[in-house]
Amino acid sequence: MKRLLARISACLFTIPFLLTGCGSGEQEDGSSIKIGVFQPITGSMAAGAAIQIEGIELAYRERPTVKINGQDVNVKLVKADNKSDKVEAATAVSKLVEEDEVAAIIGSYSSTPSIGAYDIIRKGKVAAVGASCTNPAVTEGNDNYFRVCFIDPYEGTVMANYAYNNLGARVAAVTTEKGNDYSVGVAQYFKEAFEKLGGTVYEASYQTGDQDFNAQIISLKSKNPDVFFVPGNFTEAAMFIKQARQAGVNSTMLGGDTYEVQEFIGIGGKEVEGVMFAAFFDPDAELTPLTKEFVEKYRQENGGKDPAGETALGYDAYNLICDAIEKANSFDSVAIRDAIAESDFIGVTGPVKFDENGNPTKAAVIKKVENGKFVYFDSLLAG
Amino acid sequence: MLVIPTMAELLQQVCNGLLLGSLFALVAVGYTMVYGILRLINFAHCDIFMMAMYIAFFIVAPDSRWWFIGFIIVIAITAILGMGVEKIAYTPLRKQNAPKISMLISAIGMSYLLENLATVLFTGKPKTFPQIELLVGMIEIGPIRLQRLALVVPIVTFLLMVILLTLINKTKAGMAMRAVSKDLETAKLMGINVNSTISFTFAVGSAIAGVGAILWGLKYPQISPLVGVMPGLKCFVAAVIGGIGNIKGAVLGGLILGFVEIMAVAFFPSISAYKDIFSFAILIIILLFRPNGIIGEKIAEKV
Repeated sequence: MKRLLARISACLFTIPFLLTGCGSGEQEDGSSIKIGVFQPITGSMAAGAAIQIEGIELAYRERPTVKINGQDVNVKLVKADNKSDKVEAATAVSKLVEEDEVAAIIGSYSSTPSIGAYDIIRKGKVAAVGASCTNPAVTEGNDNYFRVCFIDPYEGTVMANYAYNNLGARVAAVTTEKGNDYSVGVAQYFKEAFEKLGGTVYEASYQTGDQDFNAQIISLKSKNPDVFFVPGNFTEAAMFIKQARQAGVNSTMLGGDTYEVQEFIGIGGKEVEGVMFAAFFDPDAELTPLTKEFVEKYRQENGGKDPAGETALGYDAYNLICDAIEKANSFDSVAIRDAIAESDFIGVTGPVKFDENGNPTKAAVIKKVENGKFVYFDSLLAG
Repeated sequence: MLVIPTMAELLQQVCNGLLLGSLFALVAVGYTMVYGILRLINFAHCDIFMMAMYIAFFIVAPDSRWWFIGFIIVIAITAILGMGVEKIAYTPLRKQNAPKISMLISAIGMSYLLENLATVLFTGKPKTFPQIELLVGMIEIGPIRLQRLALVVPIVTFLLMVILLTLINKTKAGMAMRAVSKDLETAKLMGINVNSTISFTFAVGSAIAGVGAILWGLKYPQISPLVGVMPGLKCFVAAVIGGIGNIKGAVLGGLILGFVEIMAVAFFPSISAYKDIFSFAILIIILLFRPNGIIGEKIAEKV
């Protein structure tokens, strides 16, 4: 009897997996065109990615069809989960290219999975448009990879310039999250720019998933830095800043665009007050005439809530691809790629025109955490 | 590369090491207890730890005024969860006299099951562990700034170790546990209820993991389905360093590991991202010289 009970309970345990395990088999249909959504739906980057997917879906609801040869063609979004992982990323993107035969791909949130998909995108015939992957390596030497956000050098350089010129900082403590390409890239460019301006940089590092940073904090604190620059995953960064404040560090805390999720403030609590970071977007900074329209639409649909930068970038990535499909006037992924490369797109996060590496030059805004909210603080022009 | 910290910094690091080491010790005790009695590495232990954090999130976060009662409920539920895992994943195998390796595979399976169950139920979005101001507030002692936790955690760990040792060495239930651990078959012949003794061991080990999870969550307030993996691995290493199967050894191993991790970064800040290497290097070094761990007993070969 007991054994039977054990077996029944074991079966009950597995039911949730069976329910979620069944995929939806889409029917092949000539009157639709597929766009792949290549994103970390699970794993450490899931929270950030969910915000981006929201933007893609909003754009999709607004524009569910594209015009090809004068006919309205339904767009279908095909999601592929890269599980926040470099290796899983290759598998997920292969599935989109080979099995689903998508016309173009949006993604991924974060540079790490995007770099994992680099080779498959480069060798394939499908273009990918990243929304917020800012590492230069994503598009470098890859004719099929584009992005609507600015790249790390710009973010790192912007923060270094801002710290040196606007905040008057001369000594900076920079941390690197090893194993996170985004963090390594931004930190390196920050260091180069800050030292070029005449400042001094002290460095420390930690691993993705680390939870205790006291040892690093204490050794950096002894150098009395004016600013801390902590680019990386928001979970680790929030805990780093929290522990630094608890250890009595009074320096200004600077970071990257990954901070812009409510969980950052949830984990960091009152210790992340005053943290400043570079972002792509702010509802209060009118980067193009379309910004206001988008912000109002989003607020209407979400009960007055403001859209995040990731949402706006996801929105822009989708619309850029749809514009390119219409310009190419074709189902062919290669023609669509060529049209993307020649984009002259005005999005809600600023105008997008790609250079030879598939990167746009764009404006940036500086945001600050105040009273548990992200507020617009300053903006910087492209350059 | 080598940086010599000042006296104040060193003192601060010692406190941090003691805190981290005590946290490791609490989880390591669970590994060691199950190993001691079943000769089984309970890989699901780190996921019971993770589940305890989620349980605490759902029970304590909505109203943290009653945190003390909330935490006791969390510990009780965690103990029940630990027994449940044993009943589902290990008892059926043990009853059919399955080889040890099958139990090990079952443990790994249980670990993945719990991780994925948590992903399905709670999503991959990290949650924030409830912050109890009384415990996470800061105190200053001379040049050292500490969370109150830094004092609470070592005391809790020490008290639990004393209680556990008394339980094992001085009570009837403890005597049964020791007997089962020495020889399961003979213990059965002597009229010891082996099943309930094993259940009890899992309950105690899991309850302590629950305490560890609560203190860990207060210190590092982020909960995600994989939050237990790295602490679990470290604590397993701690149990092995101390001598797996030995409770004092697990506590000692945890403390050594905590200190090594913090001090490695204190003296070599430039390679701080690779501090995990130190933990595993110390494991290899200790095992080279003392294959049974620092205070592990030599296990007699059964012929």
